[in-house]
Amino acid sequence: MPPEHNGAVDGTRSVVTDDARRALVDGPRDALITGIGLVSSLGDGAAAHWAALDASIGFHTVLDTEQFAPWMVHPMVPLALDSQIPKRGDQRQMEPWQRIGVYAAGRALEAAGVKGDAALLGAMDMIVAAGGGERDYAAETVILSALQGAADPGTLLNERLLNDLRPTLFLAQLSNLLAGNISLVHGVVGSSRTLMGDEPCGADAVHVACARIAAGQGDLMLVGGSYNAERPDLLLHYEMGGLNRRQPWDGIWGRQVAGGGLVFGSVGCFLVIESRAHAAARGAVPVARIAGVATDRCRRQPGQATGNAARQLAGFSGALDRESAAVLSGASGAPLPTEEERAWLHALGLPVRAVATALGHSLEAAFPTGLALAAMAVSRGRLFAPLEAVEAPMTGTLRQALVTGWGHWRGEALALVTQA
Amino acid sequence: MGDRDMDYRDGHGRPTVVVTGMGVLTSLGQGQADNWRALTAGVSGIRRISRFPIGGLKTTVAGTVDFVTVPEISAPALSERIAELVIEEALAEAAIGQQAGASGSDFPGPLFLAFPPVEMEWAQRIALVAASGANETVTYDDMLRAAGTGQFKRFYERFLFGSILEHLADRFGTKGSPIGTNTACASGGTAIQLGVEAIRRGECEAALCVGTDASINPESLIRFSLLSALSTRNDPPESAARPFSKDRDGFVMAEGGGALVIESLAHATARGAAVLGVLEGCGERADNFHRTRSSPDGKPIIACMQHALADAGIAPEQVDYINAHGTGTPENDKMEWLGVSAVFGERAGAIPISSNKSMIGHTLTAAGAVEAIFSLLTIRHGRLPPTINYDTPDPALPVDCVPNVARDAQVTHAISNSFGFGGQNVCLVLGAPG
Repeated sequence: MPPEHNGAVDGTRSVVTDDARRALVDGPRDALITGIGLVSSLGDGAAAHWAALDASIGFHTVLDTEQFAPWMVHPMVPLALDSQIPKRGDQRQMEPWQRIGVYAAGRALEAAGVKGDAALLGAMDMIVAAGGGERDYAAETVILSALQGAADPGTLLNERLLNDLRPTLFLAQLSNLLAGNISLVHGVVGSSRTLMGDEPCGADAVHVACARIAAGQGDLMLVGGSYNAERPDLLLHYEMGGLNRRQPWDGIWGRQVAGGGLVFGSVGCFLVIESRAHAAARGAVPVARIAGVATDRCRRQPGQATGNAARQLAGFSGALDRESAAVLSGASGAPLPTEEERAWLHALGLPVRAVATALGHSLEAAFPTGLALAAMAVSRGRLFAPLEAVEAPMTGTLRQALVTGWGHWRGEALALVTQA
Repeated sequence: MGDRDMDYRDGHGRPTVVVTGMGVLTSLGQGQADNWRALTAGVSGIRRISRFPIGGLKTTVAGTVDFVTVPEISAPALSERIAELVIEEALAEAAIGQQAGASGSDFPGPLFLAFPPVEMEWAQRIALVAASGANETVTYDDMLRAAGTGQFKRFYERFLFGSILEHLADRFGTKGSPIGTNTACASGGTAIQLGVEAIRRGECEAALCVGTDASINPESLIRFSLLSALSTRNDPPESAARPFSKDRDGFVMAEGGGALVIESLAHATARGAAVLGVLEGCGERADNFHRTRSSPDGKPIIACMQHALADAGIAPEQVDYINAHGTGTPENDKMEWLGVSAVFGERAGAIPISSNKSMIGHTLTAAGAVEAIFSLLTIRHGRLPPTINYDTPDPALPVDCVPNVARDAQVTHAISNSFGFGGQNVCLVLGAPG
């Protein structure tokens, strides 16, 4: 079945296969998630995340309140890097954001059963959503100190940068070098593209992958991103924007009464997304299906983001089964969009879980992470317990999940994940 | 599918994608006319850096764009301004997306933008330190304290990765989420490929594909310098970029931008737009050999060119001109020749292959878009821009690089190569209007 697109008219760029509207009949160009690699403060792997989120004793957020006090972050669990990045030389050439991403990518490839399969990896297309890499904070503050009162600050800056910067640090900073390292370490070489642009690029990456699969422009995709929250330069950036949440911590919805704000979490999330025909031919077991994904933007005048979300949802209406659906929200905690999204979701009336309450906000990685949790939940047929008091429990069977991705500044995305 | 419809489709049955508007800006000047005049006259845009002090630097030359100014210069600020200028030229030529009398534009399709990674620069850090009242030993706590005053909110927005994308989408009224891409030196090619694919799958009828890069600042220059990637032949500046010469010693950083309005042929025809050229094919292939070096057997770049030709549905014998990646690093030019000789066989040495970078330098993330435009101008004018500074041929590279002087040639199909750090390679096939 050819895909339907409604791109040029109202701006929403959407992939919904005809099959999606026909009561979710299987089609060969359906986009299936066949592998999830997810690492965060909650653990390593999909099973560890499910165990943490679904704990019988109730969910407990993992926070580091000391390293960046009065701010806080959801820190990455220790990773057995050697298991995914066997060469120490490769590990040394990367900074944490890349190690997290390369590790998560390896876990996704493993879960999909393609790791080490040169023929499949050679035909695999990769789309990475990335920001920039870590800086050398020690060198930076030493240089800034030296520049205080320097007679010729320009020349001094040149000399110090030439002497103090590690030559290989550049390669750990470049946005496209997460993808580059995934090619090097895991051998994904069909193609390599990196998208940039904060939260929306995570959704764009998923959209482009699904649209290409629907149109026959690819069969096997590796899509995702990583975010290292434990970075003073990122804290500084959002502090300039007046967006950092200070301690004490509260959930995404609960913190809104006290001004809201962002609490970042270190996350690596990669998905193997594959056409149904390709997955069937190699006997891969799908976790879930991405039945639709839509992206758009607006200037964020009051109500505009809601308008985009409503249009996106209308595009899925034939496929959405409200009785068995819930929402995994990507709300960041930034006050204005979070409040607008909360109101829209309240009107929608489905059970909601705010992913960033559990894992922290992870910018480029946030939308793929929402999809990963949605896929895990629908494949198990149930939603995990509420993460905070205002979230309603869901006792019935879960067959579908909507995933929202409203950027803290710009961009609105919505996906519909269904049982495979 | 009617006969008429078939006319609008390529050999694979997909919508044919054509170019109807182009805008370009480099160190040679602003606009197609000035650039083409300089490019075919063998003029170099490489000059001594005057934007910041050059004391202590090993490389003191670059293709800076100094004639475009912005308040509070930074890589994203100047990159955004250059993008605006090239988009304006492209929209005017295509006569699309402009609302008469209105302040904004209303482009009827998405934006695909290649741009450099964004991060706060030294000027901003120094401003934060000054505002913090830090004593002799500066810490991040000092800068955080200054940041918390709220007086640097403009830095926050300026140094978001999404800011250039969103500002351009606001200004030009492009539709949907603006897509930003970076595949290092192949980025401009990737932006075009994303647009071509979107039109082929019927997602849109028109797209705006742009590459922009204005990242010549001390830290960016020094980072490339520390990788030993840059030419240190500083005197005279215009001699530094020497693709294919035996004495080439690195690339020259440069700034610029290129914008292409691309459309389905059916859409362009229906609105009576003039077709400037055809985007016949795109190929890509990632390399997993090394972070900055190509696989010694050249297989990835060979596959990249072969994929592009297959996508375009043309044979190697039909290629009349190669717009080289041609950075002028010892490694790149050697590997590019290896790839070209494998793909084109005995004809390789007879196909003209010239490097625009000999004159404009390496415009990095913009290069793929800028050089696609120059390739289309090459086809349109029937004139091959030269590779300048070709004084000492490298016997290991028996290329016809159109040495030093432009020459006339009929070009029906051209390819444009872009190979990036991180092993990301893109090749475009461009054709004359049908």
